[in-house]
Amino acid sequence: MSFIRKPTVANSRLPKNALGLTRRDYEGGMSTLCAGCGHDSITAALVQAAWELELVPHQVVKLSGIGCSSKTPAYFMSQAHGVNSVHGRMPSVATGAGAANRDLVCLGVSGDGDSLSIGFGQLAHAMRRNLNMAYVIENNGVYGLTKGQFSASADVGSRAKRGETNVQPPIDPVVTAIALGCTFVARSFSGDKQQLVPLLKAAIRHRGFALLDVLSPCVTFNDHEDSTKSYAYTRRYYHPAIHADFVPPAQDIKTAYDHGEAMPVELHDGSRIVLRKVDEGFDPSDRARTIGFLQDAAKKGEVVTGLMYIQPGQDDLHEVNHTVPGPLHSQPYAGLHPGADGLKDLQRRYR
Amino acid sequence: MTSDHGTPAPLETAAPSGSRVNDFVIKIANVNGTGSASANGLLMKSLFRMGIPVTGKNFFPSNIQGLPTWYEIRVSGDGYRCRSGQVDIMVAMNNETYVEDLAEVAPGGFFFYDATWPRDSQLSRKDVTILGIPLAGMCNEHFDQARSRILMKNVAYVGALAALLDIDMAIIRQLLNETFASKAHLVDANQAAIDLGYEYAQEHFSCPLPLRLEAMDETAGHIMIDGNTAAALGCLYAGATVGAWYPITPSTSLMDAFKSYCERYRVDPESGERRFCIVQAEDELSAVGMVVGAAWAGARAFTPTSGPGISLMNEFIGFAYYTEVPIVLIDVQRVGPSTGMPTRTQQCDILSCAYASHGDTRHILLFPADPHECFELAVAAFDLAERFQTPVMMLTDLDIGMNDWMVPELQWDDGYAPDRGKVLTAEQLAEMPDFHRYADVDGDGVPWRSLPGVHSNGAYFLRGSGHTERGTYTENSEEYQRVLDRLEHKFETARNVLPAPVVETSADTQVGIISIGSCDGAVREARDLLAGRGYALNYLRVKAFPFADEVDAFIASHRRIFVVEQNRDGQLRRLLLMETQATRQQLSSIRHYNGMPISARDIVEDIGRALSQEVAA
Repeated sequence: MSFIRKPTVANSRLPKNALGLTRRDYEGGMSTLCAGCGHDSITAALVQAAWELELVPHQVVKLSGIGCSSKTPAYFMSQAHGVNSVHGRMPSVATGAGAANRDLVCLGVSGDGDSLSIGFGQLAHAMRRNLNMAYVIENNGVYGLTKGQFSASADVGSRAKRGETNVQPPIDPVVTAIALGCTFVARSFSGDKQQLVPLLKAAIRHRGFALLDVLSPCVTFNDHEDSTKSYAYTRRYYHPAIHADFVPPAQDIKTAYDHGEAMPVELHDGSRIVLRKVDEGFDPSDRARTIGFLQDAAKKGEVVTGLMYIQPGQDDLHEVNHTVPGPLHSQPYAGLHPGADGLKDLQRRYR
Repeated sequence: MTSDHGTPAPLETAAPSGSRVNDFVIKIANVNGTGSASANGLLMKSLFRMGIPVTGKNFFPSNIQGLPTWYEIRVSGDGYRCRSGQVDIMVAMNNETYVEDLAEVAPGGFFFYDATWPRDSQLSRKDVTILGIPLAGMCNEHFDQARSRILMKNVAYVGALAALLDIDMAIIRQLLNETFASKAHLVDANQAAIDLGYEYAQEHFSCPLPLRLEAMDETAGHIMIDGNTAAALGCLYAGATVGAWYPITPSTSLMDAFKSYCERYRVDPESGERRFCIVQAEDELSAVGMVVGAAWAGARAFTPTSGPGISLMNEFIGFAYYTEVPIVLIDVQRVGPSTGMPTRTQQCDILSCAYASHGDTRHILLFPADPHECFELAVAAFDLAERFQTPVMMLTDLDIGMNDWMVPELQWDDGYAPDRGKVLTAEQLAEMPDFHRYADVDGDGVPWRSLPGVHSNGAYFLRGSGHTERGTYTENSEEYQRVLDRLEHKFETARNVLPAPVVETSADTQVGIISIGSCDGAVREARDLLAGRGYALNYLRVKAFPFADEVDAFIASHRRIFVVEQNRDGQLRRLLLMETQATRQQLSSIRHYNGMPISARDIVEDIGRALSQEVAA
């Protein structure tokens, strides 16, 4: 299967963002995933989020590892640079790219196999460094490209299509990320675009590492009865704990909410995330309580979604390093070394 | 069978240590963690400042404290810088190793030990002069603090050697003043320890010994530096701004040095802003991944490592080869296989680097012979990586990287500008609606690249999966093969622009030596020794892979070639057999792989034997 370019459709009525770009301008190549794959819905949400955030496409870098999910950066923002790296190692490539050029908007897309098995170490350390990036896990509980083996996020008792039952405890990326000190942790569902788009926008605008675990059913290998990552199961046990709206810097917070109390959280660029609790027992600024809340819900088989934890204002990799503004590669060469005289001078200590 | 040479002279056994000036080896046996490194550094620098060529080799354990460690200083008025293969003066500060240390002294040599504690009377040799000085006893009497007592007995042996060898005391004083410029009390304490040793030796022995020093003028224009520091300076001058690494002996001091130079020269004095970003990774897989990401994003980026790190980095090296990302790796080789002996030296990663990663991959390798070349080739590594958009690995080793070498002062040309290779600007991209990342536009196999964040026309998807000349995914045989063939073409383009081999063909002979890296000093001395016995051998030292045409030409013009290298499997020889026209019969292997740096003697014995067998046949 080779790359398929989407036809360009001229439609002057499409709405444009402040950059004069339509949603079409944020699309990519034709998806080659299975019809109905949750990943394609996430791709659509990413297109929507990027368009609404008015991201300059070529300032965005899309990074992924290996797997079905990691193919998706080819399906959005074809005007953005992308890296389809080696399996499980996307966080290190993102770290390097981010280290070299802090102006880039780093957007990582990975899967549960890529992130929670082969790449678990790199994911943990990227969070630990508070690398400035949004990292989406398209989580379906199985290895799709190799035809349906369980992944590390498969729930106990979940049955594979071939009949095998998973007995090993799952790794929950959300609980893990909170425990590791990740500064933005959210969960959503590919089937809930209304929730997903504002979370993606907030994740991209959050300065520091933003982890977004998105349940994304695999229609071919994990959408049957006795699967806990199917559309049907997720819809049945769906438990949005909190609603998040992303408000750009220039806009006022809307005051009318249906229920719950609004909690605005200010981000570094003046934008805000307005959180609205749906579940009273939940507080996204309290790590320990959030972990307890999530574990209790998991025992009931519930799929809790929303912005689970946020800690804005934590220094990211460059703030810790005190790096100069702008890309390092555009630093004037003369300022990087002390020249011939300096070399002569510094060698005195070696005599 | 005929020979190119006359009748061979018989091989010598260890040369007797008679009266010699500026030509002997001092070895100091100590316990690690006792501060002996600074005492040995002081000793080395004193000799260097007397204008006498010296080389220091540190043989240390993979341990923090309490195990045996040795430091070997070769004094060579002739400027030889490899190990000589014998020890003339042993400074035995570790009673755990007295037996082996005494056994190592050449006949006619000296065994100098700390006489504070009685020495087993068995530990005696008739052909070695034993000198006992109560170093610990004197220091315990003179110094109050426990730590000073331990440190100062090492400084005291430097004082004793100053008397025994006739070291210029004014130079020692000067060095102490420089080292402890801001701590006057330390100058005094160290000087006191020097005096204790010096005076005791003057009083009790007939100073100087028959092995002694005389000031020369052979070190002007030279420095004493280790290869890791020099390579770090190369990275600084090359303009590398991103360094990612995982600590591993013997490469760690390279990143330490890079960091300290960056902190000195690249921090804005007012804002404190840093024009560099160094990331300590969680492992080598991640370190090289960061370098790939940074280089793709446009920064000059590198990672220093050693053999086990190269093993872990393999997948990414193949990725960078296939996606054409200019990364620089510096492999400070140590003894393998596996963990091997982390604090011992070898040249055992030649093959694993040349063909690193699965699939059809070949890489540009650079082989410096000393710290001076570490500096030059580190700069070249970045230029070549960017020019050819491919991984470049510089292979040094523990001997070059961690030992102090006397080399010509490093030079810099202020007219240098980094060769960024074929990078498209925003203006160029704006006029290029149909950018093909992997097309051979210029016929040299090197495509044009675009950097992220510059222009949307330059956007493409970097992927390790099969790709077309546009960079798009493909499973089409023809599209795949076109890119793969161009990569081979690119490799061929690089072949003759890499640093040229060093060729010395002075003699009218069809016998030669091909060698690599840190073998150079030993090969040079061995050639002199062999010439003295009537064997003149030509010499070629490879400085880069793929091998230039000159290497093939040298092979074609020699009937027999000894390939000298420091590994068991003859990796350079194998690489030559695979990558040149050389035949198996032409290339004889001289291999040294016990972990200690090769000496001239190791080479002379093997080549001498082989050539005398030729004559006999």
